[in-house]
Amino acid sequence: MAMTAPAPTPTSVGTQTPLVDFTNVAMKFPNGTVALSGVNITVNRGEFVTVVGPSGCGKSTLLRIASGLETASEGTATVSTDRIGYVFQDATLLAWRDVQRNVELLAELNKQPKKERREKARAAIDLVGLTGFEKNLPKQLSGGMKMRASLARSLTLDPELFLFDEPFGALDEITRERLNDELIQLFVREGFAGMFITHSVSEAVYLSTKVVVMSGRPGTIVNTFDVPFPMPRDPDIRFTAEFAELVGEVSHALREGHQG
Amino acid sequence: MSATEATTVDSTELAHNVDVDPPHGSAVSAVDMTVSREAVRTPAERIRRGVRAALPPLAVFVVIVIIWYGANAILAPTQKFLVPTIDQVIIQGFGGPSGSQILIAVLRTTGVAITGLAIAAVLGIGWATAMSLARWVQRSTYPYAVILQCIPILALVPLIGVWFGYEFNARVVVCVMIALFPMVANTLFGLQSVERSQHELFQLQKASKWTVLTKLMYPAALPSIFLGLRTSAGLAVVGAIVGDFFFQRGQPGVGTLLQTYARLLSYPQLFAAIIASALLGVAMFFIFGLIAKIAVGKWYDPVN
Repeated sequence: MAMTAPAPTPTSVGTQTPLVDFTNVAMKFPNGTVALSGVNITVNRGEFVTVVGPSGCGKSTLLRIASGLETASEGTATVSTDRIGYVFQDATLLAWRDVQRNVELLAELNKQPKKERREKARAAIDLVGLTGFEKNLPKQLSGGMKMRASLARSLTLDPELFLFDEPFGALDEITRERLNDELIQLFVREGFAGMFITHSVSEAVYLSTKVVVMSGRPGTIVNTFDVPFPMPRDPDIRFTAEFAELVGEVSHALREGHQG
Repeated sequence: MSATEATTVDSTELAHNVDVDPPHGSAVSAVDMTVSREAVRTPAERIRRGVRAALPPLAVFVVIVIIWYGANAILAPTQKFLVPTIDQVIIQGFGGPSGSQILIAVLRTTGVAITGLAIAAVLGIGWATAMSLARWVQRSTYPYAVILQCIPILALVPLIGVWFGYEFNARVVVCVMIALFPMVANTLFGLQSVERSQHELFQLQKASKWTVLTKLMYPAALPSIFLGLRTSAGLAVVGAIVGDFFFQRGQPGVGTLLQTYARLLSYPQLFAAIIASALLGVAMFFIFGLIAKIAVGKWYDPVN
């Protein structure tokens, strides 16, 4: 299968310092829970890395360390950008703000001038296909549309690194697949690096350039798979034998990690 | 009640209509349709709905009036004065000199209640804010909010009189003490109802505590704060009337009048004063409900 460049970054990936570089990261919470142990992971520019693992294996903790919400208790976690987008499991929209003002929020918190943040928000709303819904309140939106608004909000940061904490877990399958495709388009167009957490193996394989499989608690990395399919992904790739084979391998690794 | 249910149903339908999440064109039209259907139900239908909602309580009112007149009719002539008829209450109670007396007294009591409520709101919101910002403040002071609520107010009345005099100030203090706890408890609940992920959203942008408070916590707490205000408004009226009973120096409030009329056996006037007090309580309850609806009704969905 022909490899096309995964994202519009012309320089070769290997020569750059990685955006995310975790070396031997462990996380032990004050209550004694060991969430992560000996995790090595790198995310380079142009990569979309998805982490799959059983519930409670510390997948989300990885993102929380990368974003700075938590500090690793052992090892080194280096993130060499401060333009980080973070998409939570729930859309975390502010119920009293309409879509436009929700999308403006982060720029507002960063004290950008009103005109600038309004334009940024409008562009981001366009990108996620919510044009025409600017004046809608969150309670008037479906789950998928809320997630789009949440994506748009992070896009206003113009992120170099995008962290996704199971953002589509609560959506129905049709919506989820559509958002997967749109996320890939954004990834190709905007050129950010992605780190994505999910339970779904097929979502992981479909979205990413690299899939990392984690074991149950304490979370360690069981195996890493490169995904060879070209970006942007053809939705029908889901029905090919190669895709099914890779999904099978990842699922296998997942099961082994869970038992071991 | 039925009106709020109806709007709730509509908003879920609206969300449901766009749930399929198709490319924007069709989604827009789905929303437009629902919105316009909502808009269609305006003047005529709204009035019809209003009438339909008002009918059952009106029927009950008629029954009450019948029972009232019946009671008066059954009583022996020498006892009839105990239950004056509605026309007597209206003509002798609300009409004549006692009418303006009652009106002025009710206004005075309202002044006491609103002053007390305002002080309770400021203190309550401030206290709850401090508790929500610092865990140790909550741990060390919240028990006293509960204790304050548990002290029978009448036990404090003599002391309040000694400390604050037997006029306006003392009445206000009673209102504050009785209205404070719902303000504290509801505001605290509202401030703490913000989800952790929303706090983290702000934390990731390195927002200051002040920004988190003004852009996240207070707006999120507004529905609870208004619920507290509404509860406390009713209690403040009770407090003001209790204050009138015990602190009778200075200008009389409606509580003072109630006692005076009872002592003078002026029952039509007594009934009129009771009804006026009740109306004051109801008015406070409705006004704060209305303010809440204007302030947060648009975005706040009580279902979620």
